[in-house]
Amino acid sequence: MTQQLSEFSIALRETLGKKLSLFPSSILGQELDMIMVRTNPFDIVNLCDFLKNDTELMFTYFASLTVVDYEQVDKTLEVVYHLISLTKRYKLTIKSSISSDNPTINSVTNIWRAADWFEREAHDLFGVFFEGHPNLKPLLLYEGFEGYPGRKSFPFHEYKEW
Amino acid sequence: MKLHQQVGYDPDSVDLMINMGPQHPSTHGVFRLVIWVDGEKIVKSEPHVGYLHRGSEKICESERYNQIVTLFDRLDYVGNLNNELAFCLAVEKLMDVTVPERSEYIRVILCELNRIASHMLFYGVYGLDAGAMTPMLYGFRERERVQDLFQRVTGARMMHNYIRIGGVKEDLPSDFNNRMVTLLEDLKRGVEECDQLLSGNEMFLARTKNIGILDAGDAIDYGVSGPALRASGILEDVRVTDPYSIYDRFDFGIPVGTNGDCWDRYYVRIEEMRESIKIIENAMKDMPNGETLAKVRRIARPPKGEVFVRTESPRGDLGVFVVSDGSDMPYRVKVRAPSFANLQALQLMLEGAYLADAVLILGSIDIIMGEVDR
Repeated sequence: MTQQLSEFSIALRETLGKKLSLFPSSILGQELDMIMVRTNPFDIVNLCDFLKNDTELMFTYFASLTVVDYEQVDKTLEVVYHLISLTKRYKLTIKSSISSDNPTINSVTNIWRAADWFEREAHDLFGVFFEGHPNLKPLLLYEGFEGYPGRKSFPFHEYKEW
Repeated sequence: MKLHQQVGYDPDSVDLMINMGPQHPSTHGVFRLVIWVDGEKIVKSEPHVGYLHRGSEKICESERYNQIVTLFDRLDYVGNLNNELAFCLAVEKLMDVTVPERSEYIRVILCELNRIASHMLFYGVYGLDAGAMTPMLYGFRERERVQDLFQRVTGARMMHNYIRIGGVKEDLPSDFNNRMVTLLEDLKRGVEECDQLLSGNEMFLARTKNIGILDAGDAIDYGVSGPALRASGILEDVRVTDPYSIYDRFDFGIPVGTNGDCWDRYYVRIEEMRESIKIIENAMKDMPNGETLAKVRRIARPPKGEVFVRTESPRGDLGVFVVSDGSDMPYRVKVRAPSFANLQALQLMLEGAYLADAVLILGSIDIIMGEVDR
């Protein structure tokens, strides 16, 4: 597969370049063939609301939410959102770094209901707290599990279940 | 004497909690669904998942790239080749590897055959959910024909480990063309037989028409994808809107439903099988000769970077996010499983439905717990 930007990504970069002036703390970038926006955690809800409702962007489809553990690099966790616009055929990555000591970020479940279980899974496996999430109970791990297995600091090879 | 009497001690609450536990013949894997019913109508439902969580994403961080293909086989354990393809496309994009033409065609043919096999399994199991025992055997007979071919080509009926980074493991056997001709005839006849057996059946229609209606706006908001989204009327297929591999060379239709009910979700899959047969026929005609594996080091070390690739698995939009730090093991691998997002819409579809329809609504989304829990 090619690493070149598709025509849709080029159009998206132009449109976003003009519109992101509304969010001064957001930086437009590129990761291989996906357009990427790096923002700080406080702006996430406003940015996502804007991206979903703006008529030229229409990012109505929430593809995925991932947490990447950079605790041993610079004591942060990076939350990565992938958004798709079905009508305009755009793909976008949004990244936001939060500190690993007290990882908190606002929840986007009020914007896309699809984010519900993705955030529950991130809370379960990495310990990220999503403010405003209606039901942050464990999803994949059993009750009484201690520790955050997604993190690099979890004793993966030494872990014994009994 | 009153005909309807209040049951229970609390005069305000008549909800009964029913547990469709993790061991249940109709929950399609280890899945627990807690339902609160008022009489026969479902008031609230709460799915519990995680019984099949194996930590696949974490294991990927301590395995080399060519070992991870076997892990991806076992995520969606019905559409194996589609999963392998998604991962291999992601790593090939990171490493900027050009896959030889012949292996692109082989990949497309095998993935479409896998789509037919997966939909045949859905057909058989969905008929069984509705109470019909015969479609199960018809569906599985067609599926066995496809798996027989897979055994000849890849060596295994199910966990193939055939699609590799840079192409496919080895070339097709010499009797492939003859076997494909007979297989395609059998599949065409099989799809027609299966369709005529169940789709127009009055009892099946009464059980699935206007049941579990999912509105288009809700479907997009919940991140639903694949046949469930197309049944609600949205024309979205990753093979067409965001083409990967060589799907942009083939001309195939996308079946779209109108109501968004269970019957639409079922019939969209039957039509998809017919379209897949067309793609396979075209691919067989155009397949060139040549090599099947690009020159890639056995221990792949992609350069530092991240990539997100979307593919269309039989269940929907399968996304793979790979973060590489330059070493021979990935830093993070995330699988965006279609069944994970589709299952969230179940809570919406079950509100106000009758208890007897819960099984059919769950079956129509076609979930595989292996990829929900990973």
